[in-house]
Amino acid sequence: MKMNNRLKIGIVILTIMVLGSFLLPLFHNADPTKQGTFPKNLPPSLAHVLGTNSLGQDLFWWLVYAVRNSLILGVSVSIFTTLIAGTVGLTAGYIGGGSDRVIMTLTDVIIAIPVFPILIVLATLVRGQTSFLIVSVILIFFGWAWGARRVRSMALSLREREFINVAKFSGSTTLKIVFREVFPYVFAFMVVDFINAILWVINTEAALAVIGLSNVEIPTLGSIVFWALNYNALFIGQYMWIVAPVVATVVLFLGLFLTSTGYNQMYATRRGHS
Amino acid sequence: MIRLNNIVATYTTTRGEVSAVDGVNLEIPTGKIIGIAGESGCGKSTLLKVIYGDLIYPLALKTGSVQYGFDSFGQEVTTSDIKEYWFKRISYIPQSSMSSLNPVIRINKQFTDHLDPSTDKAKVLEDVRAYVQKLDLPPEAIDAYPHQLSGGMRQRIMVAMGTFFNPDIILADEPTTALDVVVQKGILLLLMGLQEETKSTIFFVSHDMGVHYQITHKMLIMYAAKVVEFGDSDIIFTEPLHPYTRMLIESLPTIGDDHLRTGVSGRPPSLWEDLTGCRFAPRCPLATELCQTTEPEFKEYRRGHFAACHYAENTYQSSEIAILYDHHPQNQSPE
Amino acid sequence: MTIILKTSHLNKVYKLGGFFNRIKINALDDVNLTVESDEPVIISVVGESGSGKTTLAKVILRLVEPTSGSAHVYDRLVAGKGDKPSNREFLNSVQPIFQNPFEAFSSHRTVDTYLSDTAVRVTKLSKTEAVDAMTEALHLVGLDYRDVRGKYSNQFSGGELQRVSIARALIPHPEIIVADEPVSMIDASLRMNIINLFLSLKEEYERSFLYITHDLATAYYISDYIAVMYRGSIVEFGDAKAILADPQHPYTQLLLDSIPEIGKKWQRKRIALADIEAKEFQFTGCRYCNRCPIAEDKCVTERPPAVKKVDGRDVYCHFA
Repeated sequence: MKMNNRLKIGIVILTIMVLGSFLLPLFHNADPTKQGTFPKNLPPSLAHVLGTNSLGQDLFWWLVYAVRNSLILGVSVSIFTTLIAGTVGLTAGYIGGGSDRVIMTLTDVIIAIPVFPILIVLATLVRGQTSFLIVSVILIFFGWAWGARRVRSMALSLREREFINVAKFSGSTTLKIVFREVFPYVFAFMVVDFINAILWVINTEAALAVIGLSNVEIPTLGSIVFWALNYNALFIGQYMWIVAPVVATVVLFLGLFLTSTGYNQMYATRRGHS
Repeated sequence: MIRLNNIVATYTTTRGEVSAVDGVNLEIPTGKIIGIAGESGCGKSTLLKVIYGDLIYPLALKTGSVQYGFDSFGQEVTTSDIKEYWFKRISYIPQSSMSSLNPVIRINKQFTDHLDPSTDKAKVLEDVRAYVQKLDLPPEAIDAYPHQLSGGMRQRIMVAMGTFFNPDIILADEPTTALDVVVQKGILLLLMGLQEETKSTIFFVSHDMGVHYQITHKMLIMYAAKVVEFGDSDIIFTEPLHPYTRMLIESLPTIGDDHLRTGVSGRPPSLWEDLTGCRFAPRCPLATELCQTTEPEFKEYRRGHFAACHYAENTYQSSEIAILYDHHPQNQSPE
Repeated sequence: MTIILKTSHLNKVYKLGGFFNRIKINALDDVNLTVESDEPVIISVVGESGSGKTTLAKVILRLVEPTSGSAHVYDRLVAGKGDKPSNREFLNSVQPIFQNPFEAFSSHRTVDTYLSDTAVRVTKLSKTEAVDAMTEALHLVGLDYRDVRGKYSNQFSGGELQRVSIARALIPHPEIIVADEPVSMIDASLRMNIINLFLSLKEEYERSFLYITHDLATAYYISDYIAVMYRGSIVEFGDAKAILADPQHPYTQLLLDSIPEIGKKWQRKRIALADIEAKEFQFTGCRYCNRCPIAEDKCVTERPPAVKKVDGRDVYCHFA
């Protein structure tokens, strides 16, 4: 399979972001959130690549930890949402019948609930103490439904394909058919959904953090912006404080987006050839 | 005359360029139904696209041109400017009406979409309503959305669209393949009736030799991107010059005839391979060493009857080939 | 004699539309067919789209439950109420070939895995026996196991894939193979190779076939029996050569008359093209009545019964 440029660029960006944010902290023991570690308002230099902010924190290290934490949250939540979406979608779509109706009603209810307002309400109730775990659970709860719907509709159309019947007449059990005939077709879409889910999770958490509703003590891409806004970074000329996380977020999103669409494209052309 | 001058049409793929039509040189009389037959991948649909001037990437006309036999302001129309005469002087009837009709637009609008803004559309639609009745369609049919009609009705709408503006040339790409035989017969009879009235030239692509036998005046047989035989249908179906044509005709069973029939064994060569000699040689029961090494010339053996076979001459001069066929192991009749 | 195929009062009703405007489509309407023989036979079911021929095949393949009635294949009940064989026993006696060879195998699996699955799971062979069985089955259809092994479906032509499908179906040595339009997606020039394969499998390998098709010419060429269907009902059923030499139901006549055959030019008569398919399913009388040239009032109100003719055929027409 030949990779297209889109996918190559995406993977390069993600590799740099992942390796950077996971390896660099190994050489740095200090807590980036601790205030007054360094002199305030230093311009970028060799010692402080992005300079320091008005709280005396090194922006570069803040950012490194933020990217790492956002990625951990995004990936771990997405693993769960994708697994749930796959299981639910395949069950509803392939096995169908009564289970399909029950599962899809549930899925539609979850899709119909507007996630963000609910998150705001929940986060306000436990303001300040929102642990990462609670945020994750809420995101998982709301995050699987769209994916499940997509997997289901694919499984539903695959069920009518001739090779499913051929497999039946070759003595395959229902479970075998789901795994060997249906799943390989759904897999590529689940990969794309997985990457998109990471995007969505990072995005949602950042949005919550910016308005102070996530746990702002933990560095994430959202919490930097929260602190920057809190200390009027723009007003006091601390542009780097706000520009750096925004640029990092955009680059990370670009990496995820290019990987997701690039993979999709590669998969589509491969199927076109076969 | 419609002239196809040394047409080479290629598709660009990830593996490079491949010639789907590889050197077609023909003069085709107008006012006839010309059948184009051959196996899938032989280039028959590509040739039709070239004639229609529908050259969209990855398809490209590498060399050659089509002369359509009509002028415009004293200039002969060729492939490069045929697009301006779409619908008016040349039209296209596709295989699948479902994918060529826009499902969310009423048929009447699709009928008049390509017309100049200055045309009186209401007047045209009035004429269309009268015209579709010739095709056994109710006039209201054109006010429907495509999905409201049956497959047979939609295909008749396509025929109506392709013939309404009375074009000189009509290109039909397997227009009835997806339909049931009864509907197919009905539509083909209608098409034949229209052609007799208007004397337009119809290029009719089909893989079904039976359909060709019923409706065509001239036959053009393609094999692996080349034309292997061209001539009057009556003669082609009784005394074909090329063994491939003969095998195509004889592979069809007929009711009441209990002779053992055989298909053509093997499959066409891949166009990616180095093709020397006659392209049909590997599957031909008559192939000799000459066929393996030298490509037969496409030439006129009888008046208006062309073929590309080293042994075409033999076929009509003697019944030798028939004997050869009967002795070929694939063609042994049962006792 | 063995009952090769017997359907009695087989019905399949599909409901279309919502709660209020629901209509019933009798995709199979009281289908009664009996073929008894000691020799293997090829039975063709011929009809246009919407005739119910594919539904009939699916009922016999147990892919669709009939609404009422029963079907027997080789003395075994395969559909309807009663004591049915186990799934494995069924797969060992009835196997299918489907229409689209390019769709018969997943593009994510090599085609030989379907063959080995059949050998191991259905026939319960060991791994080494399975290879022998596959080699033998592929040899019967003119292919070499070494050329098939490890390849995906996009590495074959349509004709080759259809042969692989047939080989797969042959592995459990089924008594009957149900072939649903097996050659309609294959180039006309290659069709006869597959059709001849069916004939030789019947004669040399003693397999029966249920051949579902819209093509009367190939049906004539290979069948012993033929059933012509129209809108869910049988219109004519009996000896294939007799029926096609002298069709007695007006619909069979029309169908026969519509084949584009070489050597027999069509008469240039306009034919009426009916476009009310769904409505025809609702007719209480003969479903062909509004297109039939000889229909009378009786045809509209009364369902024609099977009329047994001297040559053993059933004709479902008031004027047979």
